[in-house]
Amino acid sequence: MTWLRHKTHDVPWLPGEKRQVWSVEARVEFEAQGEPVKVSLAVPQTQTRFERLAEYTASPGYGLAFVENGRERRAEWSIRNADGPQTLYYRLDLLVDPSLAVADTAPPLEAPSNLFDDSPHATSALHLLDNAVERSADNFTLARELILEFNLQKQSAGFLEQRQARSRWLKQLLNYAQVPAREVKVLTLEDGRRRQRLQTYLQVFQGDHYQLFDPRSGRVGLSPNQVMWEYRSGSVLELIGGSQSDVSFSIINQEIPVSQGLEKEGDHFSLLEFSIHSLPVEEQALFKGILLVPVGVLVVVLMRVLVGLRTSGTFMPVLIALSFIQTSLLTGLAGFLLIVGVGLVIRSYLSHLSLLLVARISAVIISVIAMVAVFTVIAYELGLNEGMKITLFPMIILSWTIERMSILWEEEGPHEVFVQGGGSLLVALIAYLLMTNDIVRHLTFNFIGLQLVFMALVLLLGGYTGYRLLELRRFSVLGKGD
Amino acid sequence: MLNLLRELKDLRKKGVLGMNRRNISYIGRYNERRLYPLVDNKLTSKRLAIEAGVSVPALLGVVASQHGIATTELALREQSGFCLKPAKGSGGKGIMVIRRGAEGGYLRSNGQVISSEELRRHMSNILAGLFSLGGAPDQVLVEALLECDPSLTGYSHEGVPDLRLIVFQGVPVMAMMRLACAASHGKANLHQGAVGVGISIADGRAVLAVQKDAPIKRHPDTGMDLRALQVPRWQEMLELGCNCADMTGLGYLGVDLVLDKHLGPALLELNARPGLSIQIANGAGLLPRLREVEALRNPARLSVAERIAFAQDHF
Repeated sequence: MTWLRHKTHDVPWLPGEKRQVWSVEARVEFEAQGEPVKVSLAVPQTQTRFERLAEYTASPGYGLAFVENGRERRAEWSIRNADGPQTLYYRLDLLVDPSLAVADTAPPLEAPSNLFDDSPHATSALHLLDNAVERSADNFTLARELILEFNLQKQSAGFLEQRQARSRWLKQLLNYAQVPAREVKVLTLEDGRRRQRLQTYLQVFQGDHYQLFDPRSGRVGLSPNQVMWEYRSGSVLELIGGSQSDVSFSIINQEIPVSQGLEKEGDHFSLLEFSIHSLPVEEQALFKGILLVPVGVLVVVLMRVLVGLRTSGTFMPVLIALSFIQTSLLTGLAGFLLIVGVGLVIRSYLSHLSLLLVARISAVIISVIAMVAVFTVIAYELGLNEGMKITLFPMIILSWTIERMSILWEEEGPHEVFVQGGGSLLVALIAYLLMTNDIVRHLTFNFIGLQLVFMALVLLLGGYTGYRLLELRRFSVLGKGD
Repeated sequence: MLNLLRELKDLRKKGVLGMNRRNISYIGRYNERRLYPLVDNKLTSKRLAIEAGVSVPALLGVVASQHGIATTELALREQSGFCLKPAKGSGGKGIMVIRRGAEGGYLRSNGQVISSEELRRHMSNILAGLFSLGGAPDQVLVEALLECDPSLTGYSHEGVPDLRLIVFQGVPVMAMMRLACAASHGKANLHQGAVGVGISIADGRAVLAVQKDAPIKRHPDTGMDLRALQVPRWQEMLELGCNCADMTGLGYLGVDLVLDKHLGPALLELNARPGLSIQIANGAGLLPRLREVEALRNPARLSVAERIAFAQDHF
């Protein structure tokens, strides 16, 4: 089956040897009110580094048109009558082409708005602009210095942002200083992400050239995996006849052969007709994660049956590894050790209270949540965004681990706790390294048949009657007896 | 790597039984799942033993609910000593041996004083399933204390020595004496530091003594010569082991026996998944013996006496 997919569909064995295609799916949700509905969604064009390969929509019963207005493209759905919650999909395949450069023309300068009157907002904004102008040489440096100014003068910035968003102020101030600029909505492409949001960036022009600025950090330029979604300073979504509208984005990354990518350009390329690949991107992204679980499970089976490592709880290592994937390894490890460590201290206090078991575990769960909250806040205050991701640990599993480790400590002493805790972490680490490996991710997602191979391996290992690796050491006294 | 391969060869030659093979080829093949509860629940196995006429330590009481704890604790104040056990515990977890101290307080086997409140908490923990497999709700067994037979005193420190027999298809194949010592905190599990003495099936004499996988000659606390150890009333012990296997119907069984001053040989506990350390204490692998029994025709039809005779001839 795996071989067939490689031969007939030309799915590459290894990632990276083919062209990279990002599939982005926008999901528009809204509540229709039983009237005619018109939905208009901004959709991206071919732009620097990204070539638009194909686009599809799923919208039962709706009429669809692509409207091109200057350089802006919009997808417009319409229906005579709709009621209740509605979901529309727009999917776009973008081919990564690092050599592709698309020039953009500067937008006309906006006339200074009535914001620049004698109000205290205008005064303080113009003051910031004056400071920036002094330290700048051209359009780009002015933009950079202006953002820097916003970051330095925190009080003024905070005051201004009460009135409108920072990016809007930046755009207006730049226009006021005769610098063409506009706000653009940027999507960060990250494999397997679901429910991603757009971020607002600032596009600043100097002649035919432009540069993009992050209005928060002032960082220049887009990173290679950011794509401009909307760049007319317009709105991303316009809706008539509905309420509570929302757009979210799901993204996955695929490798397709160069030839195929070019041939099928423009039309619906049925890369893999009957497979997970026909699912909406959001579900595909979900599956990308799920399909990795058997890899982790296989590691646990290997380590327990062949090596004889002791872990606390059979599949806890897989769960830890899954959380590591979400948190990144170092934060995950630090967070895990921190929470289990402090949890053990709290648990040893709880054991003095003579509680019933169920009550005690519940108390541990609540303390774990409290700890996670505290650590997350501390990490955030210290400016460590990574710390926020600790919240992704499965709380119940953590609490059971703490409870079990604590009993182990009381009965067998700390040594056994380290043996089992260390064993679990080691297995989790190996599972994590495998599950984050690009080749493994590529193979499990593109060759579903491999799941049968995993199944076979697990069944084989289940019947293994030989010695475990650690048993060789355990019984080594016996071997030497002769 | 070469070293590992050589080790592997040595273990193969010795016929050492590994965990995987034990689980698949012996426990999986010879122990029927439906028989497990007989062994995994000490209360059930105790009732079974009483029915089959196997002597066991007297059952002083069973606590099945949280509100029964207080009344039981009151009743226990009359006893001079007793032992608390979780009915579904495994590996000796949750077992608490209590003796009455001089001033009327409770003393644990290691001399540690324990308040009646702590005692109740321990019972409550047992009921909640803290020590049972998978955390299932449990019951507390209160048993009379065993008293070590005078012929064996001195071999064990804090705690009665017990005899572990592996009975395969009704034939006792390997035996070991487990002696608690200071290093094991009164516990009799080898991996916790207890002394294991391999016992010859033929005559009940010690063949080898180990602690923490290293051979020793004398008990670390009492200084008794372990090689001089000979289990008294050996024939009776073997018969008891065979009877236990017959009454459960399990093909691969670990039987823990004690020699009580008053009761004589008595059943302490049964185990459907007996550990493998017994091989270390005997300095021999289990596989050759298990294969010899497997080669027997219809071992189940043999009488207990015939099976014991076979075992004593061969092992």
